[in-house]
Parts: sequence; structure tokens; C-alpha cells
Amino acid sequence: MARVLINVPAKARRGEIIEIKTLISHPMESGFRTGTNGTMIPRDIITLFRCTHNGSEIFRAELSPAIAANPFISFFTVAAESGTLEFRWTGDNGFAQSETAELAVE
Amino acid sequence: MKLAHGFVVAGLALASPAATAGEIPLGERHSGYELMAPELRAMQDDDAANPGMLSVLDGEALWNRADGASGKSCARCHGDATSSMRGVATRYPAVDAVHRRPIDLEQRVNVCRVEYQQAPPLAFESKELLALAAYLGHLSKGLPITIADGDETRPFIAAGREIFELRQGQLNLSCAQCHDDNWGQHLAGASIPQAHPTGYPLYRLEWQSLGSLRRRLRACMIGMRAEPYADVAPEIVDLELYLAWRARGLNLETPAVRP
Amino acid sequence: MIRAADVLAAMTDRRTFIVRTAAIAAGAGAGRAWLFSSARATPQVMQEAIRAIVGEAVPQRGRITLDVPPLVENGNVVPLTITVDSPMTEADHVVSIHVVNEKNPQPHVISVTVGPRAGRAKLSTRIKLADSQQIVGLAEMSDGSFWTASADVVVTLAACVEPEVR
Repeated sequence: MARVLINVPAKARRGEIIEIKTLISHPMESGFRTGTNGTMIPRDIITLFRCTHNGSEIFRAELSPAIAANPFISFFTVAAESGTLEFRWTGDNGFAQSETAELAVE
Repeated sequence: MKLAHGFVVAGLALASPAATAGEIPLGERHSGYELMAPELRAMQDDDAANPGMLSVLDGEALWNRADGASGKSCARCHGDATSSMRGVATRYPAVDAVHRRPIDLEQRVNVCRVEYQQAPPLAFESKELLALAAYLGHLSKGLPITIADGDETRPFIAAGREIFELRQGQLNLSCAQCHDDNWGQHLAGASIPQAHPTGYPLYRLEWQSLGSLRRRLRACMIGMRAEPYADVAPEIVDLELYLAWRARGLNLETPAVRP
Repeated sequence: MIRAADVLAAMTDRRTFIVRTAAIAAGAGAGRAWLFSSARATPQVMQEAIRAIVGEAVPQRGRITLDVPPLVENGNVVPLTITVDSPMTEADHVVSIHVVNEKNPQPHVISVTVGPRAGRAKLSTRIKLADSQQIVGLAEMSDGSFWTASADVVVTLAACVEPEVR
């Protein structure tokens, strides 16, 4: 399981635009680097990051080998209602990780 | 920009082979943080965006994890690290009673593991050892480096200083020539820092991961075309001790971010 | 700024750490696997990648801003913030945002799908740039129009690149 750091506001006013920051531990091996024995190190990256709020997708990012290691992605959403934010990262070699955070909207 | 012995510096000029290099005056010392672009400084300052924080969190988990034949975690003896370990990283490398010489923080963690947890030592540069060192360093963030300057440490600080000022390798270059005499200037597009270990282990963009001071010194020596010291060589810790003493009073910023 | 104590206080046993801050600071389209070509990026390959994104549309300059340092000390981790000027209403919003490059081993950087629920069409990430080059951003609007902007980045390297890959 990769280490994840998610930053969401503790609470938000209804309709407020909030920033969500995510950071996940992952080598994001581009597949274009040569190892010590001269052969290419195989690609191993996260290819997709999705965030849903109460089941509806609010953000989706398709990542390429050009995304830096330990991907940091921050984005915005309207705090429409309280509920569960679900974050999901998927990628090469069957990588799949989901995390959730509760959002309290008043 | 101070110049050693008044020699004019053009590009990377070599200082004269004087007995002591021009040490940076205490008031002019600052962290490599000051040389970084605003975007990198922002990356370091934001705990939600600093990639080194992932290791700090790993370290916290390891602190609380039972290990070794003892079945004890670090927390079992040391309790809540946020209070018990605050300030500890500022004093390392420190003289160890058993070894009767200074050891660095990573070595201290391993001494604890072997003696008290009856657990095998963690390998240098392993994810776990880096995480624990990052966690402990982060708990002292903002506190000044405080190296004891007494009878116990002075010979080792002197030994470290000798290494720092020694011309080595195929380029016949010493650490002092870059870091005392030419800091702030550029070496092939990169700024030369004063080389204060204020943020180790740090997230180096070049490595795309967290790494120790040992690793950084090794990379420097290879870059200088000098034979790097073995990881277990006492010279490495002498050098780390001198660097820490040279940086005395500067605040820790672990985990730092550097290019 | 989140203090270490706050981060640690929020920790649980889980390998995820969700940090609460007191103050603030798409429709799911079809997969875009076809965007990720294996061709080494060149300015021409980048133009082809742009055409693959915009199709027949002609992107207009403006509304999208790429915030990236003009000079970076290391190309492994380049902070990038993309902002698109849009009211983000149901009637008028950003549908997707793309970034491409011209000198990396392949031309794509990132493709993002947003919608009115975003409130603000702005995102930040960190990218890898293999060399000094231009990157191009594209924003697709709900009315089918495309907007574009570019940024030039000078990439320097460490003076002593480590020989071993760990």
C-alpha cells in the first residue's frame, strides 16, 4: 500500500470553492531510463487519478510518464453537500489504491 | 561574496593552498534554502505538498510498530516522540558511550534497535531507516543545530575539518574550495550552496526520493572524482560532525527539498 | 501552513493521512489511451498530439495560463499550475485540460477532465522535463471551442549527475 497524504478543509460553507491536495508515494518510473546494466528500466506509473464526491466524479486526471515521482495533484471543487470524497489511483502492474475523506458542509 | 585570501574568482577558480580555507563568517551563513527558486521553497514549506512528508509519515508509523525479539516499539521506551524526541536531531552526530566516538542519527537508531529492540539494524539508505531519520529530524524542525564543542567532540570535529579542507581526487579539489570559497557562484548552471546539513534526510529532485547526508556526500565525492568513503567508515561521520558544527545555530528544516 | 503537530495529530493507523485545515486556501469521457503515443516528442510530434486532441477545431490563444518557473534547477520535478479563465457554470465551463511537450521521450504530460462542479478550473502538479523546451496547454470548453497557451522552460541539471540509478 502506498503512503498517501490528502489535504481537505475540515469544513466548508455550502457553495464554497475548496482546494483539495493529494500526494501519493509512487516511483513513476518513466520507462525511458537506463539501468546500471544497460537495459531500460520498465515503465511503472500511475495512469489514472479520479476523485468522486458521493459517487459523482468531480475530477479525473490521466497521467503520463511525464508526471514526476510521488505525484502531487491539487484541484478545486464546489462544496455542494456533505459526504464522502473518494480518491482512486490506478496504474501499471495492477496498481490500484483508494482512499476516502469526509467533507463536512454546513 | 567573500573571497579566500583576496583572490579574484572567475568561474570556478581554485583558492590558494593555505593551511585553513576562508571559513564563512558566522553571520553570513545561511541554508541552501535561500538559493532555491520560490517554487521549490514553496514545495518545501507546504507540509501537504512536500514529498519528504510521505517519509515522515512512514517514520511515525515505524516509531509505533513493535519490532525485534523484544516485541517493543520505539514508543514503548520513548513514549510520544513529539515531546520526547523534540530537539534530539539537533545534537547529532553525538558521541556514543559504547563506540566512544560520534555517531550519526541513523547509527543511533540502529544502536537502539540492536540493543533494546533486539532487532537487526536497518541498512543505510533503506526506506525504513530514512523514514525514521526523517521523522526524528522533522520533530526538531525549526530548532537550531547544537553540536557539543567539548573535549569529547573536538578531536573529531578537527578530523572532519581536515577532510573538508583536504584536496582530493583526480581534480585535486577540496570541499572548502567550493563551499567556503565559492558558495553562491555557479558550477555548470547549478548554484553552489554553503553546504549546511540543515534538512537531512532530504528530498532531492535529482534522486526523485528522500536520501541521507551519507548519500549526498558520496555523490559529491564521486563528482569530485575522489574515492568516496565506505558507508561504515568513521571518516564519513567525522565529516558529518564537522558539517553540523560548521552549521551550528542554523535551524533544522527536515525534510528539506533540494534540486 | 500545516504544522507538523497538526499532521501527526490527524494520523491514524491507516496508511493514509488526511489533514484537515481550518481555513481554505466531466462527464467521464472515453479513455484517452490513443493520446499516449510512443513517438519521441519533437515540435512536429507535439503538433500532431495537439491535432489529436483538438480534431478539426482551431485553438485560440488565451483563457488558459501555464504557471511554470522559467528556469528550473532540475527537470525531474517541475511545479506546474494550470488555470483556465471560465465561469464554470452549467452553461459555460471547461470540459478538459491537456498539456503536451516537445522534447520529452513522448509528447503527453497530462489530461484532465473537469466540469461545473469544479468551481474553479485550476490544478497543480509536478512534471518531468527532459530538456529546455516549450510546453503547450489546451483547454476544451463546453461550447466545443479550444483555447491554448504555451510556456518556455529552461532546464538546468546538477553539475555532478550521479552515475548509479538507485
